[in-house]
Amino acid sequence: MAAHLKKRVYEEFSKVVQVPHEEAPAKKLRLSKPSKSAALHVDLCKASSSTDALQYLLTFSRKPVEAESVEGVVRILLEHYYKETDNSVRLKIASLLGLLSKTPGFTPDCIVDDAINTLGSEKSHQVLAQLLDTLLVIGSQLPESPAVRLRLIEVAYKNLSDSSFGVRTKCLQLLGCLGLLEAPLGKDSDGPGPSLAVRDVQSIISDYFGDQDPRVRTAALKAMLHLHERGMKIHQIIYDQACRLLSDDYEQVRSAAVQMVWVLSQLYPESIVPIPSSNEEIRLVDDAFGKISHMVSDGSWMVRVQAAKTLGSMLQVSPHFLEQTLDKKLMSDLRRKRTAHERAKELFASGEFSSGRKWADDAPKEKLDTNTVNLIASGACGAFVHGLEDEMFEVRIAAVEALCQLARASPSFAEKCLDFLVDMFNDEIEEVRLQSIHVLRQISTHITLREDQLDTVLAVLEDSSRDIREALHELLCFTNVSTKECIQLALLELLKNLNKYPTDRNSVWKCLKFLGSRHPTLVLPLVPELLSTHPYFDTPEPDMDDPAYIAVLVLVFNAATSCPTMPALFSDHTFRHYAYLRDSLSHLVPPLRLPGRKQVYGLDSVDCGSGSSSVESAQLFLQQSLNRVSTIQNLEAAGAPELLDLTIRDLQRLGELQTELAGAADFCATFLRCQLLLLKALQEKLWNISVPLILKQNVTATAAAQQILDESYKLEFLYSGLENRQLATIHHVRLQAKALQLILRARTRPGLDSLISSCEKFLQDIESFQRLFLTELPHLQDSFVEKLLELLPRLSSCKPVEVVKILQTTLRQSGLLQLRLPEQIHRATATIIEPTGESDNPLRFTSGLVVALDIDATLEHIQDPQNSVKVQVLYPDGQSHVIHPKPADFRKPGPDRHRLITQVYLSHTAWTEPSQIEVRLLLAYSSSCSSRLGWTDAMDGLPPAEGAVEGTIPFSKPVKVFIMPKPARR
Amino acid sequence: MPEINVTPLGAGQDVGRSCILVSIGGKNIMLDCGMHMGYNDDRRFPDFSYITQNGRLTDFLDCVIISHFHLDHCGALPYMSEMVGYDGPIYMTHPTKAICPILLEDFRKITVDKKGETNFFTSQMIKDCMKKVVPLNLHQTVQVDDELEIKAYYAGHVLGAAMVHIKVGSESVVYTGDYNMTPDRHLGAAWIDKCRPDILISESTYATTIRDSKRCRERDFLKKVHESIERGGKVLIPVFALGRAQELCILLETFWERMNLKAPIYFSTGLTEKANHYYKLFITWTNQKIRKTFVQRNMFEFKHIKAFDRSYADNPGPMVVFATPGMLHAGQSLQIFKKWAGNEKNMVIMPGYCVQGTIGHKILNGQRKLEMEGRATLDVKLQVEYMSFSAHADAKGIMQLIRMAEPRNMLLVHGEAVKMEFLKGKIEQEFSIDCYMPANGETATITTNPSVPVDISLSLLKREMALGGSLPDPKKPRTMHGTLIMKENSLKLVSSEQALKELGLNEHQLRFTCRVQLQDPHSDPDTLHRIYTHLKSVLKGYTIQHLPDGTVMVESIVIKVSSSAEDSNAKVLLLSWSYQDEDLGSFLSTLLKKGLPSGLC
Repeated sequence: MAAHLKKRVYEEFSKVVQVPHEEAPAKKLRLSKPSKSAALHVDLCKASSSTDALQYLLTFSRKPVEAESVEGVVRILLEHYYKETDNSVRLKIASLLGLLSKTPGFTPDCIVDDAINTLGSEKSHQVLAQLLDTLLVIGSQLPESPAVRLRLIEVAYKNLSDSSFGVRTKCLQLLGCLGLLEAPLGKDSDGPGPSLAVRDVQSIISDYFGDQDPRVRTAALKAMLHLHERGMKIHQIIYDQACRLLSDDYEQVRSAAVQMVWVLSQLYPESIVPIPSSNEEIRLVDDAFGKISHMVSDGSWMVRVQAAKTLGSMLQVSPHFLEQTLDKKLMSDLRRKRTAHERAKELFASGEFSSGRKWADDAPKEKLDTNTVNLIASGACGAFVHGLEDEMFEVRIAAVEALCQLARASPSFAEKCLDFLVDMFNDEIEEVRLQSIHVLRQISTHITLREDQLDTVLAVLEDSSRDIREALHELLCFTNVSTKECIQLALLELLKNLNKYPTDRNSVWKCLKFLGSRHPTLVLPLVPELLSTHPYFDTPEPDMDDPAYIAVLVLVFNAATSCPTMPALFSDHTFRHYAYLRDSLSHLVPPLRLPGRKQVYGLDSVDCGSGSSSVESAQLFLQQSLNRVSTIQNLEAAGAPELLDLTIRDLQRLGELQTELAGAADFCATFLRCQLLLLKALQEKLWNISVPLILKQNVTATAAAQQILDESYKLEFLYSGLENRQLATIHHVRLQAKALQLILRARTRPGLDSLISSCEKFLQDIESFQRLFLTELPHLQDSFVEKLLELLPRLSSCKPVEVVKILQTTLRQSGLLQLRLPEQIHRATATIIEPTGESDNPLRFTSGLVVALDIDATLEHIQDPQNSVKVQVLYPDGQSHVIHPKPADFRKPGPDRHRLITQVYLSHTAWTEPSQIEVRLLLAYSSSCSSRLGWTDAMDGLPPAEGAVEGTIPFSKPVKVFIMPKPARR
Repeated sequence: MPEINVTPLGAGQDVGRSCILVSIGGKNIMLDCGMHMGYNDDRRFPDFSYITQNGRLTDFLDCVIISHFHLDHCGALPYMSEMVGYDGPIYMTHPTKAICPILLEDFRKITVDKKGETNFFTSQMIKDCMKKVVPLNLHQTVQVDDELEIKAYYAGHVLGAAMVHIKVGSESVVYTGDYNMTPDRHLGAAWIDKCRPDILISESTYATTIRDSKRCRERDFLKKVHESIERGGKVLIPVFALGRAQELCILLETFWERMNLKAPIYFSTGLTEKANHYYKLFITWTNQKIRKTFVQRNMFEFKHIKAFDRSYADNPGPMVVFATPGMLHAGQSLQIFKKWAGNEKNMVIMPGYCVQGTIGHKILNGQRKLEMEGRATLDVKLQVEYMSFSAHADAKGIMQLIRMAEPRNMLLVHGEAVKMEFLKGKIEQEFSIDCYMPANGETATITTNPSVPVDISLSLLKREMALGGSLPDPKKPRTMHGTLIMKENSLKLVSSEQALKELGLNEHQLRFTCRVQLQDPHSDPDTLHRIYTHLKSVLKGYTIQHLPDGTVMVESIVIKVSSSAEDSNAKVLLLSWSYQDEDLGSFLSTLLKKGLPSGLC
């Protein structure tokens, strides 16, 4: 009875909440509510056989049910459930109950009792399992109700002893999801046996680790892991049981057991466990590490992947265990190794096992004491050697990643795993090769490459895959080498690479830049040789356009920055070349303090002094400028345009000087420019003249409105790191621009019809703004929008002409919005590296056919380049094409950085002489893209600006390419 | 106790001529039927007279299983089936079936046409023999007859190599053939499930070797070839036609592709082309990479590797040549070697094992002056490198396989005795299982302990369930009453009633009676009543009845009272119980012997 009453209460409660909330759609709901459940009822009654009923239920399950009618439907289903004899129908009903209780807006606690009651009378195991599943859904829908939870747990306990694996599995799942994290405080809560529920969930679940069915064992492990995820501390006793399951016959059990052992090793890394068959003890994390390492040579590759991945995150393991993972030959049992460490090493050195690298070195030698060596790798022995040689590349990649994580934590390990990683450069699958190069880059801060290692690394420079080569260049940028021979070797190989693949030019130069600045002292003795100077004789001046010579110079000049004695070794032409390169490749050649030469202190000095303090001061300056602007009370204020003008200039300069703040400064400047434009538009004389007189004069104002709109789109989509608040500000600007447009239109085109629709549209815009930025409205005090919102009721009722009038006054009176800057703003930028636009040789091709133009560009701070970046080609006749690059053309060399390497096909009819086309990158923001906040912005009202493709922002400098379509020869 | 007998006819403590007889559960199976490379006389083939002196083998063998197409595993097959005589089934995998006849034909050609031997099998015999072959798929269980079933597992090593799981009843044997636990450029690694066989018969070619990581080897190989090519030298790689050759081809082919190299690679033709064709076809038997990429491009369709022509050897400029045979003892590889040996820029890479006496063996041991036929000497100036690319499991791989299969016994074949001895010790120590290594003709006998399945009647189980509350715990044995009936090779456990009914026997009742003297002053009925109340208070939960005919029934135990003639105080209690109630009956008699408590009314 009590339950019944409670149900009532809930019913009423739910109604009370929902009536005021959604008034309009309520009508529809009320209509559908009886029909839905009634239809089902009728259907089920009509069903002559169970197959019919099943069919009805199936069709029913495809349609959504409203939250209000769920309960009715549930009642009908339950009623039918009790009548039904066929298992499959009952099963379907049970699953429907689960589905229905997931309906948003429906609180399923009213059907808990019924669902539990059905369990009691159920005979079929399958249906029982499904019912438990339903309860699981209900339970997870009601996280706030401990009473329901307790009852469900009760049910789970009761059914745990069922003979069917499905039921037991579901029960364990239920326990895992709902098991109480701590014993409930009040025992009196409700239900007959809280004592049972209080019983330790973990010990109950762990009882099923030994179940006869592997699926139940897996479920038990998973449930335990789930408990862990929910924050329960797993007891240490579980460790032994989990370890035993590592040798289970079934892979899914082993896989789950690996996870379990890992979890425990993270929970109790320092506790001590005994080693069976010896009286030694080791740390738990070491023991677990050994056991998981063992799983790397498991029979199932899923388990191997799991184990290899897991190893990477066990950072607390002791170093000597870690080193064993790379040791294949040292067969000595791990546990005895500590005591017999030396002896095992000698054995290894005496070469008991042949390596297969030398002929006949496995010929039987004198008998060794075989008892001391164990062949099988117990413990961590050689886990990574195995993993890296695995058959499946998934395992290999997992092993490489794990190596990376471990090596980053331990420099000594990094040193040791170097050889293995270098070996992976030779893998048959490119993905693995690439990954291992990346990994080596990540750990390269810890290591210094020896000559022979460098040699193997450099061998990969000849790889035909561009990705591999570039990854390797990246790696070389971060590598430390030990001797000057290494530098020479690297330079030699890089020049070879340059010779073989001339397109790698930029990447090779960049690589040499870092190589030089990292090893100035190693480069120093090489300088005479590199520059081929001679103490007595003048040598011929090398060709300045030779990329190889430039590469050498880049290396030398970068080394010279921190090595003041080096310029003394330069010959005259070297200085000249320096001046030239400093100018043409300023990003590669650093400023040098050259004796007897006048330094051009300009940007350089800023570069030198750009420490953290200067960033701070620049930040301060930025903030001050903004504060200064915010003093402008409203747009009519005197002197406002001048102040804005000044600030914009300041900000632009700041952006140039301080690269860290470029994004923010740029953003502010653009914003202020919008304001300035608005200001100017409003201050024009035309507002004072009467309507009929100004027909032709408002050109500037219209253009301004359009420009503001464009800028506002740039603000929104070109900058990353914006918060909701900034977005609101941007939209606000856009709204102002739209208002301006509306006013202008009203003044120029007296036609009423178009005005009415424009007005309606504008009102819609306001509403959607309000909807979107409800939370931001308090910050927009005293702004245009706020005033408009106040007037909104009036606006929606009055005539268009009045609306325009109101708008005009509000626009003029509204104050300047203050811009608050978020932490980090980055402007999306793109640089086209290839084509360079310097070539004087036109690209010739037969008209009507196509020519492929290689494009290589770097993109920065773009979230989703695959969808948003396009290439635009502009022909001299004004034709323009937009090309969508393939997703595979984008690579990601670093965070916030993308690389576009693609081909663009050009074609045109014959020209009489070569001419230039323009290539540039566009950032597309389609209407769907602008719905970053779930708002679809209809853009149709806006005519596209000249030269811009609709919905796109050009964000790279255009590059000119000389082409020449020739007429086809007959 | 049942036994499994294993007798190697070849490959017992020896490499080559693999042929192992297994008798298991009354079935005789021959595993592999190979020839020995080192002999040219009768010792070349296994001694089939061990099986029977005269007559055909069909009556003595239930089936023959060939693990892979290497001649030391299948070379004697036509001889056995056609010349000795065997008509039963021969099992091998599809690739083996395809490639095996090519090799046999080649072998036949060399022995008959080149060496001029007679009394050798003919081409027709090879064809006839192949007709008896039943192809196997991986992981497919094939019923040879009602009791014998076999199942193939992937073994790596060469294309189509398989391990076989042989099962009769609950006894089973796994034979590995040659296998490889580390994947290579064209094949995957051997894999077996936890089948827990009674014996695992494993090869042990590399029983004392633990190989370096294969990547080091590959890298060294490629580096050496690359350096030599860059110097403008020529590289000779003597190979056997099938197996390693394909691996090395793929290795070089991909390297050439990756590094954009232009120097030509040649492959001396012959049976390779035919075999390569099969390599292209049996993509499912290769490794992950080839399987995944064959849709775009079949890795065995080489771009850089071309067929070799004799005249190419004199071409200037760098080149790489694969040539047969692998030990430089004859043929094309030797010819090329002679041409190139004088130039120190050139290089020869021996990718495998070389038998003593061959030129390969000599140069590997550092000999720089070779004596050729006709007193000519050859100065060896070119570089000689050895790279083990052998695809056998090393010691660690063997251990890994044991760990995967968890056998109860281990048996080593196909290896040298000394090395086997070492590995045997390791296995026994590490896994504490018995390990055998019989020599040729020696029989290893392993007694098995097969579990005997017994049918149990459902009604009996249900009755037991009803009695015993909780579900049976798999960890704890539980006793139950029943009758075991052995009838026509089957065992049945049934309830005693059913057993009686089935056997047509009458049930006999066994009753125990016992007298108990009791001092009690009351009259007989009173005493009886007192006993009744006493028992009622002691035995709670039992049905105790006081029957009107002057008896007390506890369950089925009857208690009567009679007073003795001389002393009316001394009562005699008569207890009678059936055999089934023995426990309760003896308890009651001891209880009553103690007398009745005085406090009873």
